[in-house]
This record gives sequence, C-alpha cells and structure tokens, in this order.
Amino acid sequence: MSSRSDFSRNLPGDPSALLSQTYRLQRWRLDLPLLLLLVCLATFGLFILYSASGKDIDRVTRQFIYFVIAFSGLVVVAQCKVDILKVLAPIGYMVGLGLLLLVAWFGDDSKGAQRWLDVFGLIRFQPSELMKIVVPLTVAWYLSEQLLPPSLKTMAIGIVIAIVPSLFIVLQPDLGTAILIAASGLFVLWLAGIGWGYLLAALLVLLGSAWPIWHFLLHGYQRQRIMTLFNPESDRLGAGWNIIQSKTAIGSGGWDGKGWLNGTQSQLDFLPESHTDFIIAVLAEELGFTGVLLLLVLYLFIILRAAQISFAAKTTFGSLVGGSITLTFFVYILVNMGMVSGLLPVVGVPLPLVSYGGTSLVTMLASFGILMAISAESNRR
Amino acid sequence: MQNYSAVKDSDNEKRIFHRRLNISIAMVLIFFSVLAVRYADLQLFNYQAFVTQSENNRVHVQAIAPKRGLIFDKNGILLADNQPSYNLVVVKERVDNLEQVLSDLQQLFDIDVNSIAKFKRRLTRRTPYQAVPLKFRLTDDEISRFAVNRYRLAGIEIKAQLVRHYPQTKNFTHVLGYVGRINAADQNEFSVLANDKSNYAATDYIGKLGVERFYESILHGQVGSQQVETNAHGKVLRILGQTKPRPGVDLHLYLDAHLQRKITSLMAGRRGSVVAIDPNTGGILAMVSTPSYDPNPFVTGISTINYAKLRDSLDLPLFNRSLQGQYPPGSTIKPIIGLAGLHYEVITADSTVPDPGWYQLPNDERFYRDWKRQGHGHRINLHDSIAQSCDVFFYDLAYRLGVDNIHDFSSLFGLGVHSGIDSTSERSGLLPSRQWKKNKKREPWFPGETLNIGIGQGYMLTTPIQLAVATATIANRGYQPIPKLVKPVNNINLNDGASVQKGILADGTLNLARDIKESHWQQIIDGMEAVVHDSKNGTARAIGRGINYRMAGKTGTAQVVGIAQGAEYDAQSLSERQRDHALFIGFAPIEKPQVAVSVIVENAGGGSTIAAPIARKVFDWVLESNTEKNHSAMLSEY
Repeated sequence: MSSRSDFSRNLPGDPSALLSQTYRLQRWRLDLPLLLLLVCLATFGLFILYSASGKDIDRVTRQFIYFVIAFSGLVVVAQCKVDILKVLAPIGYMVGLGLLLLVAWFGDDSKGAQRWLDVFGLIRFQPSELMKIVVPLTVAWYLSEQLLPPSLKTMAIGIVIAIVPSLFIVLQPDLGTAILIAASGLFVLWLAGIGWGYLLAALLVLLGSAWPIWHFLLHGYQRQRIMTLFNPESDRLGAGWNIIQSKTAIGSGGWDGKGWLNGTQSQLDFLPESHTDFIIAVLAEELGFTGVLLLLVLYLFIILRAAQISFAAKTTFGSLVGGSITLTFFVYILVNMGMVSGLLPVVGVPLPLVSYGGTSLVTMLASFGILMAISAESNRR
Repeated sequence: MQNYSAVKDSDNEKRIFHRRLNISIAMVLIFFSVLAVRYADLQLFNYQAFVTQSENNRVHVQAIAPKRGLIFDKNGILLADNQPSYNLVVVKERVDNLEQVLSDLQQLFDIDVNSIAKFKRRLTRRTPYQAVPLKFRLTDDEISRFAVNRYRLAGIEIKAQLVRHYPQTKNFTHVLGYVGRINAADQNEFSVLANDKSNYAATDYIGKLGVERFYESILHGQVGSQQVETNAHGKVLRILGQTKPRPGVDLHLYLDAHLQRKITSLMAGRRGSVVAIDPNTGGILAMVSTPSYDPNPFVTGISTINYAKLRDSLDLPLFNRSLQGQYPPGSTIKPIIGLAGLHYEVITADSTVPDPGWYQLPNDERFYRDWKRQGHGHRINLHDSIAQSCDVFFYDLAYRLGVDNIHDFSSLFGLGVHSGIDSTSERSGLLPSRQWKKNKKREPWFPGETLNIGIGQGYMLTTPIQLAVATATIANRGYQPIPKLVKPVNNINLNDGASVQKGILADGTLNLARDIKESHWQQIIDGMEAVVHDSKNGTARAIGRGINYRMAGKTGTAQVVGIAQGAEYDAQSLSERQRDHALFIGFAPIEKPQVAVSVIVENAGGGSTIAAPIARKVFDWVLESNTEKNHSAMLSEY
C-alpha cells in the first residue's frame, strides 16, 4: 500500500493514527473528521447565508432546519449496510427512471422547467435528486460484478446506465443537474479503470458532438449563457448582468473583503441569486480572498477525507461509490465557483452546503451518509 | 455473473482504483489551484477596477433643483410663488406591465388620453430609473385614493415638488408670463438650456413668456447635487454627500399691483391695453392687456380643450396687446409731428393754416377730410391744432415735412423699433418711409400717404408700450427711458439687453435731448396741456374737471382697417369690431413728470370719451394715492 501512504502524507497529523483510533462515534457508524468538517462548513454557510439573504433570520432558520433534517438523513443512511445499498441501487434506479418519465408527462411546470413531481399535492418531489444518489450506485453495482478493467461491452452498458437519466433531465431542462448526474456515473467508470484509449476516444466524440449538441440539445437560454460567458458586456442588462455583477462583487472584495454584512453588491441587490447559486460572490465580496481560500481549504479537507475513506473501502463497490461521491462533490464546487467567477457558463449548480435550498442539501448529505457507511465497513481497523 | 469470482482479481481492481483515485486527487488539486488563481486574479490583481465598478453601481449623483426666485411688485406683494405640489410619477423600471398599470390609473384618477400621450413622450426623454410625472397637482382626495391602492401599483409613486403658482391669477399674466414644463422646443431654442444643460438636470419647468422667460437665467438659480447610495432598483438608501443648490434671485417689479388691478377693473369687458411708465426710471408702473387669462393651468399643462378655447376666442386673450398689439397711433402722433415741424423749421409757433374742414394737395382732386366736418376756423395754429386735434393743420405739416423726415424724427421717440423692455414677444410696430415702401411694396411713395401719416393713420403702426415710451420722452423733453419691468438686483441692471443709446439718430446728426430747442418742447407740451386743461376747446377737457395737478395729454382715434372677417360671427359683433379704436397718451405732472400713460381701447370709438377717463384714473392713483387716506379710498373702489 505504498501509494496510500504517499497520498496520506498530504494530510495533517498522523493519518494512520487518525484511522486506527477508535472513535466513540464509530458505534454510530459515523466518521468524526468528516462529520466535523461538514458541520464546520454548514455553520460557515449559515453565516454567509444570513448576509446573502439580507439578514433574513427566517431564511437562516429554515436552512438550519434543512441542515438538521439533512444531517439526520446522513445518520440514517450511514446505518445502512453497504451491501443493502448495493441491492437497493438498481431498484432505486428503475424507480427513479420511472419517475423521470412521469415528470416528462405530468411534471409540475414550475419556473419554466419541469423538474417537480407533485405527489398527491402533498410533497413536491424532484426525481432528479434521487438520481444523483442512485446513478453512481447503480453503475458501481453493475461494474463491481464485472471483470475490471471493464471490457468495451461493460463500459458501453455502464455509460448507458450513467447517461440515460441525464437525457431525461436535460429535457426538463436542467443542464446542470444532468451534467452532474452523468458525471457521477462516468466517474465510476473512470475509477473502475477504463482504458486511456477509450477516454481519448470519448473526448474526441464529445468534441465532435459539440456542434449538434449546441444546435439541437441546448435551449436558447443555455446557448445564451455560454455566449455570455465569452462576452458578458454584449448584454449588460440581460444575460450578462449576472456575471458582470458577480465578478464585480468578487473582485471588489480584495484581500480581506468589505466585511461581513457590508458587501454593497449583495446588500444592495446588485447581485442576483445571491443566496442560492451566486452565494460564493457574497462570501468573496465580504470576506475577500482570504474567505475564499478558507472555503477552498475546507472543501479540500472534505474531499481528501472522503478520498481517504474511498481508499480504505473494503469492497470494489464501496471504493467506486466513495470515489464517485468524492469527485461529484468536487465537480459541484468547481462548476459553481467557476460559473460565478465567469470561468464556466452559468448552469444552475448550487455551492454545496452553503447555497440556500433544502433538497440538494438532503441529497448531498445522504451521499456523505453513504461514505460514512463505507467508512464504517472499511478494512482499516 | 456466475464465473466472476474465478477470474476477478480483487487486488488488481484495488490497484487500478487507487491509481485512478490518486490521479483524480491530483486533478482536484490542480483545479482548486485554477479556482484559487481565478479568484486571486479577480480579487487581488483586478481589485481596483472592480472596486470602482461596484462604487459606480452603488453611488449615484442626483441633481437637486434650485428654488425658483419669487417675483414681487414694488410694494412687496407676491406675484409669483412656489407651492408644493404632489405629482403622480412612474418609474418605468419598477412597473411590470406599463399598459395595464396605466389603464388601472385611468380608472382611479381622472387622466385623459391626451395626458397619457404627453406622458409617453416624456418617457422617451428620461434616464433609467428616473421618475416621470403622469398627473400633476393631486388633490388630497386623490392622494388618499392612491394610498389605498398603493399595494397594487408597483413603480407608481407620489412625489412632492415645488411648482410655480401665480396668486394674482389673470391680472399679471401679460407682465409675468408663466413657466411651463421644459419641452423639446425649449431644448433647442433656449440658450440657457443649450449652454448649461446640467444646470437644468433637476428642473422640470422653464420660463415660457414674459418676465419669467426674460429673467430665466436669474430666476432659475444654480443646481445642487447629492451623492446617494442606491440599490439595484434605483431606490435611494442614504445620502452620502451634498452640494446645496443656490436658489434663484427674487425679482422686484416697478409695477404696482394695486394700480394694475385697478386698471384691470377699469378695462373690464373691454379689449385694449394700458401702459403706465415712470419717465424718470423707465420703470413700468402698470401694464395691462385685456382680456387676460389665468396662467396657472399653463404651468403643469393646460388641457387641449381649454387651450383651444383661449386660442380661438375672438377676444384674443392670449395676445399681449401692450407689447404685441400694433395699432395706428391716430392723433396721438400729432405732438411728435408738430415738434418735427418746429425743429425742421417748417412751421413756427405762430404759423397758421386755414381749415375749411378739408385739405387738398396741389394737382390732386381728392379731399382729405378733417374729423370736424365744419373745420377748425380759417387761422389755426399749432397749439390749437394739438388741443383740438385739427387734422388739416397736420395734413399740411406732414406734406411739407415729407415722409422721410417724419420717419427719422419719429424713430427718435422709439417708434418702429423694439422698446427694449425686459419681456418677450415684443413687436416693433411700423414706421413707414420711402425706402420701406420700395422694399416691401415695390411701389413709389405717394404724397397722399404722407398726409395719412401726419394724423397717425395709413401704414403707421405703434404698440402701446411704444406710445408710452414716446410720451415719456416728451415728458422728459428728449430723454428717452428704456422701459423696465424689473428693478435692478443688487444694483445690477439686469436689463442690459437694451443698453443701446436711445433718442439719437443713427448717423448722430440729431440728438433729441441735445438738439431740440427748449421752447419747441414747451410749445408742444403747452398744446398737450390744453388738450386737458383748455376747458372750452381741449378734446379731453372732460377729464380736466376737478383735477388737482397739471397734465399733458393727447387723444386719438384710430380707424380700424381691414379687420379679418370670419364668416362665423354675426353682423352685430362684426360692426362692433369695425368701430374705431380709442387712444389717449399723457403725462403728469407737467412740471415734474412722474408718470406717462398710453391707453388703447379697441373699437371703443373716440379717445376722449373712453380712453382719456381711464388715463385720468391712473394719474389720480399715482399722483394722489401717496396719502394714506386717498390710498384706502381708492383701494375700496374696486
């Protein structure tokens, strides 16, 4: 396990001591370092949200309740045996696919996109959220039963499992979620060791299909977002507004920011979606580059801890799922922080554990619950 | 899937997975570095640019309108005031559906289609988030109706603003003019606007006519500004800094509001003009043109119907007769013609002509009639010709002077040119000459036309202000005052547009004040004195009764020529409007003139019966109201 110790040197403290130590929480199948990091991040997020929502304590309270629910969800998921999750995965996948079909037909058309399914008028439910968890599990379920590295056929089936739900979600249309779900499935394939040749070929196919995707798959507003990325000034008050204002917010933060609650861009409503997708701009404006670095370091620790758990997973299934969750979490951060700073097109991806919103929070922490379960059954003892 | 355990190599799978995960972590670190670099680029290397941009977002400079200068009469009576007015304004950016909101507002308030159209025109000339007024001068009732419905009227606000108000309504309109909303025409033709647009950044109103327009640059003041913090919706959150506006200068008129109102009441029901001027200063004591109109509706925009009523009225209330009305002077020109005769030595004080009731030119069949059928006797001199307004004497004198001498001489009294009064829309009248007729009519001058000029008829046209100035010039024995409505502010004469030398011929050969013999002035003024004080023959002897001071005057009757005849109005009113205009000029007291007056009453017949008594009342007011008792007695008269 030389590769593992190479990696472990990156971690603060003595990683082996950290791993071998028996935590009281292990009875609860919870990983203390990861849990602490998540709670730290969530608390940090609540403070940013308080400012981003214009000191709306109701909103912060609601988010806090979401956190409580989501962390409870995490604990519940962590109790599940990984094998049970493995069995449940394909069932969940089929159910999710069925629900996506229902959404396509009967979906509640809220905010111009069919994402919600109204269940008896009681709960409004987004099947795509279920898919976020189920897709990597299902791909991992499939691959872990196959010879690895995967053959061409195995790979093809894995890709189909990963891509099909995303096709429905793109049609809703929700490009951000579709990309993230497809990515979570494809990460499993990548971690399972598909050949470099295939990866190169896939890259070429992707580039080759850029033109038809641009013309046939993307909606007008999505094309506009990409165009705006390259030249936000072309439409200052329209599509370019968001990106100009968020860059202004970030840039005007400087080293140490304008101070918590003192960001003019966010407090004076120049920043759109400041409490949801663009919340990083509030943080950057008010806490400056130091605040951004602090957040990045927190995220990095979470990713490294999650990677560590995936490393130590007992089964191939656990490794693949853990790795995929880790990388998907990273992609959230990358896409969100990239889009808000104008590096990537604006796709509706929240900043994990900081953006306001309950649904994605529950999903996100549920996947960390899976990581905890994997951790609890790891062979590191 | 049965056989997987046989070939599945768990260790190999782990090895592959670990390698891939390590690569992934390396990628994560790379991408995190990219993000960090990106944020550092924005926050550290482009910090200045973005800080500037965010400040520009946040801080706006708003102009603050200066308070417009007030206008007072000579006694400090307020003639033009600023009153708070509540306007319904629309911020287009905050309105979801403009058409819907407009139709809602139309149901709530009385807003006609025309003001909607005007509002839409205003919408095109605004800056983002600027509040555009839709309805002006809301009543208390309308304000409360708005308050009740406010919840469904996003983007609609009530804004307080100081708006011009004329408390004396129609009595002073032709003097003061009025302010109105700045329109596209003002932007082009108003030099004040063109030169310093920023000074009007917060101003909605501008002088349109009269004193309000002439003194616009002084009345307006200097715009102020404030730096405000606004949010993305343009709402002002707090004021960061302020430069106070400098208010406009208050103006004091020479005008006596009581006299003005008194004259207005004397002229009630008549069309005409009365101008009273102080010959010593040129200050206008009263300037009345009737009928008049209330200027207040014009400030915020008069309705089309009401405007059409004023515009189409046969009595022309919008027409400022004092400055724009061009009338034949009739016999009121005779003192000037007489003085010309004396000066050019065509006649002496003792020259006489026979007046059989008509005059005839050599080699001309035509009879030029005297107004008095039987004539004024067979030996009438200048003095009596003025006193009795003998036409034949002046036919003869005019003929012998020649039109060009009359033209040159009369021009020294300010006839045929702008008086230079500090107001707008003044007309120059017409002082005909051979040259003028050649240029305009492409015809030679006929000797008979000179005779008409001699009695102030024919082509000759004068405005009431010109007649008043000419009368003041006679009163001053040659010194011609420049008529002024507004007193100098801080000892600066504001009316510097008319600083040209008056009373001097262009080539400098004749200076009224220098070159006319004192005896000639005396002889003319004596004649004018007899008009009032010769209780047997003076044409205005009726007003000389019971007079406590000495007055010089001259009556006039101007024939109405070529009245525009519309088919609509009936024969009775037609004949009424074809009657002669009654005129009177005069000044008093003779020894030390304090006031000169010109009176024109349209279609009133003879000057002695209608115009002269009005003049007498003006003189009485000015000369005898200095005692408190008389003043209150006169005030009670109207």
